[in-house]
Amino acid sequence: MNLEFTEEMTMLQDSLDKFLQHEYDFESRQKLSRQGIGYSEQHWQSFADMGLLGVAFDEQYGGFGLGQTGLIVVMEAIGKGLVLEPYLASIILGGQLVQQAGNEQQKESILPALIAGELKLAFAYVERQGRYNLADIACKAEKQSGGYLINGQKSVVFNAETADHIIVSARTSGDTISKEGISLFLIDKNTKGVDFRHYETVDGLRASEVSLNDVMVESSALLGELDNAYATIESVLDSAAAAICAEGVGVVGQLREKTVEYLKTRKQFNQVIGHFQVLQHRVVDMFMAEEQMRSLAYLAAIRVDEGQFDTRTKSVSAAKIYMGDARSIVAEQAAQLHGGIGVTDELDVAHYVKRLTMLNTLFGDRDYHLQRFSKV
Amino acid sequence: MDLKYTEQEQAFQQDVREFLQANYPADIQQKVAKGIALKKDDYVRWQKVLADKGWIAPGWPKEFGGPGWTPVEKYIFEEECGAANCLRTVSFGLVMLAPVLMQFGTDEQRKKYLSDIYNSDTWWCQGYSEPNAGSDLASLQTKAVKEGDHYIVNGSKTWTTHGHYADMMFTLVRTSQEDKKQKGISFLLIDMKAAGVTVDPIITVDGMHVVNQIFLEDVKVPVENLVGIEGDGWTIAKYLLQHERTYIAQVPRSKKQIDRLKTLAKKEMYNGKPLIEDSQFSAKIAQVEVELMALEMTNLRVLSKLSAGDSPGVESSLLKIKGTEVQQSITALLMETVGYFGFPYIKETMLEGWQDEPIGPEEASVLAPHYFDWRKSSIYGGSNEIQKNIMAKAVLGL
Repeated sequence: MNLEFTEEMTMLQDSLDKFLQHEYDFESRQKLSRQGIGYSEQHWQSFADMGLLGVAFDEQYGGFGLGQTGLIVVMEAIGKGLVLEPYLASIILGGQLVQQAGNEQQKESILPALIAGELKLAFAYVERQGRYNLADIACKAEKQSGGYLINGQKSVVFNAETADHIIVSARTSGDTISKEGISLFLIDKNTKGVDFRHYETVDGLRASEVSLNDVMVESSALLGELDNAYATIESVLDSAAAAICAEGVGVVGQLREKTVEYLKTRKQFNQVIGHFQVLQHRVVDMFMAEEQMRSLAYLAAIRVDEGQFDTRTKSVSAAKIYMGDARSIVAEQAAQLHGGIGVTDELDVAHYVKRLTMLNTLFGDRDYHLQRFSKV
Repeated sequence: MDLKYTEQEQAFQQDVREFLQANYPADIQQKVAKGIALKKDDYVRWQKVLADKGWIAPGWPKEFGGPGWTPVEKYIFEEECGAANCLRTVSFGLVMLAPVLMQFGTDEQRKKYLSDIYNSDTWWCQGYSEPNAGSDLASLQTKAVKEGDHYIVNGSKTWTTHGHYADMMFTLVRTSQEDKKQKGISFLLIDMKAAGVTVDPIITVDGMHVVNQIFLEDVKVPVENLVGIEGDGWTIAKYLLQHERTYIAQVPRSKKQIDRLKTLAKKEMYNGKPLIEDSQFSAKIAQVEVELMALEMTNLRVLSKLSAGDSPGVESSLLKIKGTEVQQSITALLMETVGYFGFPYIKETMLEGWQDEPIGPEEASVLAPHYFDWRKSSIYGGSNEIQKNIMAKAVLGL
């Protein structure tokens, strides 16, 4: 048993900390978030140069083979800096789908380019009626001579605007809520019939509604086995959920640090408000939640790497449930303890609060994961 | 990063498991599993078995007779003991006083006390709290006045666990009045059979007798029973607490209790289905399980740091708070599981030898008393609020 970071992870952490310190102050982040594509292509290239994009991928495709535990340091830093670049959308969701479901040819044509920062992916899995049920897919792909004809609507597709390919989950057979009959398709975003409506998200990122109207793709666009994509989708979303739990740890750490700092400087009733025990105990609650979250984020990453279904789903759900708790213990309390300034757009705290809040929703909220946890 | 035990650790785990299977008395096991009150003899009997094996004092350095285990091995031992429903060894002598004697005691004191502690030949109790010194322990008023080669001790100690079993008591007394209340406190060993020592039982909310109030009236204590130097008691008390808390979370025990809870919730029916299938009830179990998973991992992270050579820090406060919260949540859920059958109070069911027909589910009648009794856990060992004060100061710098 060893729960210390490996040397590679520590080195990665150091270079990420330097990057955040020099390139990613809050002002610059806000500027980036509010213009154009919502992030910096130059930063993306720096990530590629630092080797960041290949952390979890197999070495034969140019990755570092550090697996899910390697992602802990990346995602924690992304949380710490409220990083806008599409690491989750393109590398974790898109890249893991290709790594897990793709055939050799697909992997070779996509992964090295993805890791080099030359190509980006997005994953369209959410549907209007589906909520968190990954099997509730109405989008249809019908077999035609030489390929598939796809029709449907996909919602809240993160970073679709700058993706070169969209991976779409579609029903190739079965009823709307059946786990069988779901397939994945890798679609060039410029394919005729693919339309986008891009927007900013409440936490400063970018997403899109994607319409697929009589989109014709070749048979080679099929990613993984026909009708059998459900387990892959579930596995990749577990990996992504484990990753955002590590991101949450980074966010919570910042909220705790900034709130404690504020308690040490803000004066009322002729003293710093950190002297008040009722406030001290609340930041201690934040600290404990942070440590417990960190524990569960590590556990989830380790279990994802081990690859056993039961322990994976159980630990990922546990980490997500705890992130839901952190929303009230950390995010809401951080805003409360900052007083009025905590609800202004000007202060970074409000933006960490927003991200942590939305991380609770992403990949299934606390209630969803409590149910899933109980069933395993 | 991985959670797998090394081959060596797995072999150790197997050794422990086999030893417990072969040597842990079945009657004690049954008592622990059913929540029946344990007697002095139960403790002594089991502790002597462990002492013979050389496993009674995992925290002691090798030169004093400790087994020389790594932090992970200590955890494995605790894990296996939890899984086997082992009785928890009494910590006053083994875990609290012994490290103090090793660090601050004289050679004579070590010679006189350590082997009796190791062999469970002396039963120690702790004389810390007083009627007017609880969370504010440093305000304690029990006085020790030096007269020749004795201290004359007057005052009262309370919440003394198993004081009625004890041969000796380690205690904090005031030897002088100073400008700061933490100064002028000394660490004194008192013979419970000495003239002037009275033990009064305190019956707790479950109807049982575990804790006591101790009255000390002109008790003569030889000066050689002073540990460390006079006035150094507070430093010693803090040192003792560090040793108390590394395994305070009691994760293995709580895991066993979750198993017990699930087994019971599968048997109890509600709306024609096992209670465990009720979505609201199962969500409540899930929430405790999640907290416990996090706690276990936090505990392991602390151990991993210890293995890497770091010393234990304020994590112990976190482990104490979360550990006791989990324990209390489980006792509450256990009580809720049996619904109306929490009502019957038959004290004898908590005692050895009760054979009558149970009212409602077997085990049910101990669950409410245990729930009430377990409220103590967030109060003792430094209340959870005090733990938060400690963390606010030590971790967050407030």
